[in-house]
Amino acid sequence: MSKSLLIAWKDLTLAFRDIGGLLLMLLAPFALTIGIGLVTGRFSGDANTGLSDIPVVIVNQDEGTIGETIVAIFTSSDLAALLDPTTLADAGAARAAIDADEAAAAVIVPAGFSEAVFTAAEAAPQIEVVLNPERPVSAGVVQAIVEDVLSRVEVGRVGGQVAIEQLLQTGRITPDQAGAIGQAFGEQQASTAGGTITVRRVDVSGRAAEAFDVLTVIAPGFALMFLMFTVTNAGRTIVQERLAGTLPRLLVAPIGAGQVLGGKLVGIFLIGVAQVAILIVANGLLFSVNWGDPLAVALLVLASAAGAAGWGALLAALAQSPAQIGGLGSALMLIFGILGGSFGNVLTLPAWLMPAAWITPNYWGIQGFAALGTGAGLAEIAPHLGALLAMAVALFGVAIVTFRRRGLV
Amino acid sequence: MDNILEARELRKTYGENEAVKGVSFEIKTGEIFSLLGPNGAGKTTTISMLSGLIAPTGGDAVIAGHSIVSDSLRVRERIGVVPQEIALYDDLTARENLTFWGQMYGLGGARLSARIAAVLEQIGLSDRANERVKTYSGGMKRRVNIGVGLLHEPQLLFMDEPTVGIDPQSRRAILDTVKALNALGMAVLYTTHYMEEAAELSNRVGIIDHGRMIALGTQRELAQQIGGRETLSLHISDDQNSSALADVVRALPGVDQASAMDHTVSVIVASAAEALAPVVGAASAHGFRIKGVEVAEPDLESVFLHLTGRALRD
Ligand SMILES: Nc1ncnc2c1ncn2[C@@H]1O[C@H](COP(=O)(O)OP(=O)(O)OP(=O)(O)O)[C@@H](O)[C@H]1O
Ligand SMILES: [Mg+2]
Repeated sequence: MSKSLLIAWKDLTLAFRDIGGLLLMLLAPFALTIGIGLVTGRFSGDANTGLSDIPVVIVNQDEGTIGETIVAIFTSSDLAALLDPTTLADAGAARAAIDADEAAAAVIVPAGFSEAVFTAAEAAPQIEVVLNPERPVSAGVVQAIVEDVLSRVEVGRVGGQVAIEQLLQTGRITPDQAGAIGQAFGEQQASTAGGTITVRRVDVSGRAAEAFDVLTVIAPGFALMFLMFTVTNAGRTIVQERLAGTLPRLLVAPIGAGQVLGGKLVGIFLIGVAQVAILIVANGLLFSVNWGDPLAVALLVLASAAGAAGWGALLAALAQSPAQIGGLGSALMLIFGILGGSFGNVLTLPAWLMPAAWITPNYWGIQGFAALGTGAGLAEIAPHLGALLAMAVALFGVAIVTFRRRGLV
Repeated sequence: MDNILEARELRKTYGENEAVKGVSFEIKTGEIFSLLGPNGAGKTTTISMLSGLIAPTGGDAVIAGHSIVSDSLRVRERIGVVPQEIALYDDLTARENLTFWGQMYGLGGARLSARIAAVLEQIGLSDRANERVKTYSGGMKRRVNIGVGLLHEPQLLFMDEPTVGIDPQSRRAILDTVKALNALGMAVLYTTHYMEEAAELSNRVGIIDHGRMIALGTQRELAQQIGGRETLSLHISDDQNSSALADVVRALPGVDQASAMDHTVSVIVASAAEALAPVVGAASAHGFRIKGVEVAEPDLESVFLHLTGRALRD
C-alpha cells in the first residue's frame, strides 16, 4: 500500500477510536433521523413495513383498456415488492376495507371509463382513489401510480384527438370512423403507458411528498449535515498533527511532502465515506428504507463525501488553529444544513438563495438520494454526481495551493 | 568514510531573527556528539535543518554522502529522528505506532515485525505494547518516541533533548539506551542543556549559544580551553539572593566568571587556593552566609560559564 493510503487508513482508524467524534458522526444524525421520522409519522401506520407490501384494493368495473391496464400495473411483477394488491368486484366492499384499515388505498375504475375517455365524452366518470388517512405515505404511493397512468393516457388522448380532428377536417375519415380510430389510438397509448410506468417523484414539494419515503430525504439530510462535522474534524487533524509534532515527524520520514498532504486529504474523504455509508446502510436495514439502485447509491455516497471533504480540506488550509476549525466547522455544518436542505426544507428557500444551496454538498446529496429512493437511475443523478465532483476538485485544488503557499506541508 | 555528518556554515533566519548563525561541525561514524546549549540556543533549529524539516537559509550539510539541500530524501532514509516533543498517536497502541512509523520508513512484512519486536525489547515495553499510548506514563511515551526513530536501523540518530521533563528513572533508562545503541555502532547527535548528560555520553561536544558554535571538541579539549582554571561552588542558604552574590564575587581580582543557579554560585577562578579566602571574605562582608564550598575540576558547565558569563540553565 502506498504511504499516502497508509496515512489515510491511520486517520480512519483514529477517527473510529474517538468516542466523542463517533457520537457526532453516527449517533447524532441517527437520533435526529429517528426524531424527525417520528414527527412525520414515518414510524406509525406504515412503520413496521416501511414502503413494501402496501395493501391496495382494486375494483375494475371498466370494460375497456384503461381498467385492464391499471389492474395489470398494480399486479405486475415490477411492483410486487411494493404493493400487495387485492381485486374486488364491489366498490362498497373496497371502501369498507379502507374504513377497517385493511388497505392503504382503494382504486375504483368506474364502468365505461375507457370508452368515455377515448371518445372524449362530456360527462366522463372519474376514477376514484380512496385514501386511508392512517397510512398517508402508502396511500400517496398508490395515488401517484394512478396519476402516472392517467397522465400518460391523457397525453396520448390529446395527441390522438388533434390527429383525428385533422383527419376529419381534411375529409379523410368520416365522423363514424372517428370514434373507432380514437378508441384504438387511446388503447395503444394506455398499453404503452403500462410498459414504462415507474413509481417515482423526485420533487419533494406538496402532495407528492407523501408519495415517497420521507426517510430518503431526512436520513441523508442529517447524514450529510453531520458529514460536514466529520470532514472539518478530519481536516482539523492536519492542524493538530502539526502542533503535536507528528506532521513534522512525517515530513522528516522519507516521504514527499505531497504524499503526506495527499494522505491526510484522502483520510478526510475516507472518513466521510465511512460515515455516510454506515448511516445509509443502517437506515436501510433498521427502517427498511429502500435507497434504490445500489451502484448509484454507492457512487452518490462517494461523491457526497468527496464534495464535503473538499470543504474540510479548505478549512484546514485556511485555519490558524484547531479551535478555529472547530468553530468554523460547526458554523458551516449548520449553515450548509439549512441552505442545503438537511432539515427537509430546501424548497422553502427564497429563490435568490438557491445558488447558495448549490455550493453545499448537502443539496446535491439530498436531492440525489431522494431521486434514487423513488426509483431514479444512475443517469438521472448524473448532474448531482457531477456537481459534487466538481465541488471536490475545485475545493481540493484551492486547499492544496493554499497549503503549499502557506508552507504548511 | 570517516564522518557520517559534515555541517558547513549552516544558517537559518526567521525574519529579523537569526536563529542559527553559521554553524559548522562534523560527527564521526559511530560516535556520540552532543550539542550542548541553553534554551533558545538553536539546537532544535539545527536538527530541523539537518533532518530536512526546514530548509537552511545558507550553508549545507552532507550526511552519509548526501546533501541535505539537494538530496533530502536520501538523507531522510538514512537518519533516525527523535523529536524533542513526543510525536506519537495517543489513540494507537505502541505496537500500532511502531507499525505505522515503520511503514513510513518503507518497512513491511516480516522485517517490520522483527524490527518492532526488537525495538520493543530495546525500549523495555514488550509486555505493554498492545496498550494505547495515552495510558502510558511520560517516561514510557518517551521510550516509544525513541523507539520510532530506531525502527529502520539508521546510521545516524538525532535525539533532541530526549530527557526533558521526565523522572530520574526514565532518564537513566534513556541514557543507557543511547549508550547501548552507540555500542551497536549507531552514531548519535544528542542535544541537551544538561551538561551532565553531555559529559556522560559524548565522545565530542559542541557548545552552542545564540546560534553560534562557541566551542567544539572532546571534553578534555574543552576543559583545556579554560586554561587550568578551577571552579568554586558556593552554597548559600535558601533565603539569600544568589545572583546578588554572583555580582559581588565577579568583581573580585582573580575571579574569571561567576554565575548563580538556585542557591549555588559557581565561580571560575585562576587558582582555588588563592581565591578561596577573598571570595568567602567578600561574601561575609556583604552579609551572605556561606553554608558550604566545593572546589571542582573544570567541567562543561564551567567552560560554558567561562565563555559566556552565564549558566547553562537560567
Ligand atoms: N519557527 C520559528 N519562527 C521564528 N523563530 C523561531 C522559530 N523556531 C525557532 N525560532 C527561534 O530560533 C531560536 C532558536 O530556537 P531553537 O528552538 O532552535 O532553540 P533550542 O536550542 O532548541 O532551545 P530549547 O532548549 O528551548 O529547545 C529561538 O530564538 C527561537 O525563538
Ligand atoms: Mg529545542
